[in-house]
Amino acid sequence: MITIKINGKVQTIEKKVNLLELVKSMGLACEKVVTEHNFRIVAMEEREKIVLEENDNLEIVSFVGGG
Amino acid sequence: MEDLLEIGGKKIKSRFFIGTGKFSDYPLMQKAIESSGAEIVTVALRRVDLDSLRDNILEYIPKSCTVMINTSGARNAEEAIRIARLAKASGAGNWIKIEVIRDNKYLLPDNLETLKATEILVKEGFVVLPYMSPDLSMARRMVECGAAAVMPLGSPIGSNRGLKTKELIQIMVDEIKAPIIVDAGLGRPSDACECMEFGCSAVLVNTAVAISLDPVNMARAFSEGVIAGRRAYLCKIPAEKNIASPSSPLTGFLRQDK
Repeated sequence: MITIKINGKVQTIEKKVNLLELVKSMGLACEKVVTEHNFRIVAMEEREKIVLEENDNLEIVSFVGGG
Repeated sequence: MEDLLEIGGKKIKSRFFIGTGKFSDYPLMQKAIESSGAEIVTVALRRVDLDSLRDNILEYIPKSCTVMINTSGARNAEEAIRIARLAKASGAGNWIKIEVIRDNKYLLPDNLETLKATEILVKEGFVVLPYMSPDLSMARRMVECGAAAVMPLGSPIGSNRGLKTKELIQIMVDEIKAPIIVDAGLGRPSDACECMEFGCSAVLVNTAVAISLDPVNMARAFSEGVIAGRRAYLCKIPAEKNIASPSSPLTGFLRQDK
């Protein structure tokens, strides 16, 4: 297991999980969220290539109502 | 001839822009957008709440609309730029309303940070519409940097207080060629109408529509206010006079005046 930060919260996940797998495992529709890995935006098609490591910082954002 | 507003290479028929916050649900929001005829619709970007996943708001915005992502939540230029880049990566387009706020009581924008973000995002190819406190010099600088329009506030966000900054916005309308779009604080359709009567190019409304008893009809009412005001502006509203000027002829009375 490794520890990473997702949206500011510390979480424990399995080793050698890639970003695409993580997003799916959270029940999120891949095309509806935007991901940032260690402050770098990760395009949808790139997510599979990012294997998460200890202390990584992830942001997962999506659109909400706003004026 | 059709009266179109051109921003960022797009020709827009409806001068009523609508925000999507505070609606009780997305289907109602969709109906309000449709009933208003708005073509420009704002949304915000937020961290996904992993404990309560919601529908994707973009699915409730008519496909014919242009989505403009606001950078609300940003406290400085750097954060606004980060939000804009994330928004672009989502594929939702490149229209950005820059909103940089550090004051939580009045939610007044930080014009200087907004200017900095404008300069950088324009260079990155965004269509940038900065939300700002009305100020001629700052608006000029934003336009010089390439802002597609400037969006001065009428009164604080969500306050429904109407057009408290009219004189400052009037100066901007008179002096700046780029579109001036009044954003924030408009509480009634007559506020929107007034903005258009004195030459603003468009208005953006969210709260007054979303929290009304009937957002679908209120969206329509605002949109009609905008249409009326714009039409009156194009007709050139006659100047005010201090004394009366009769509307009926002053001759040919039934009585005989000597």
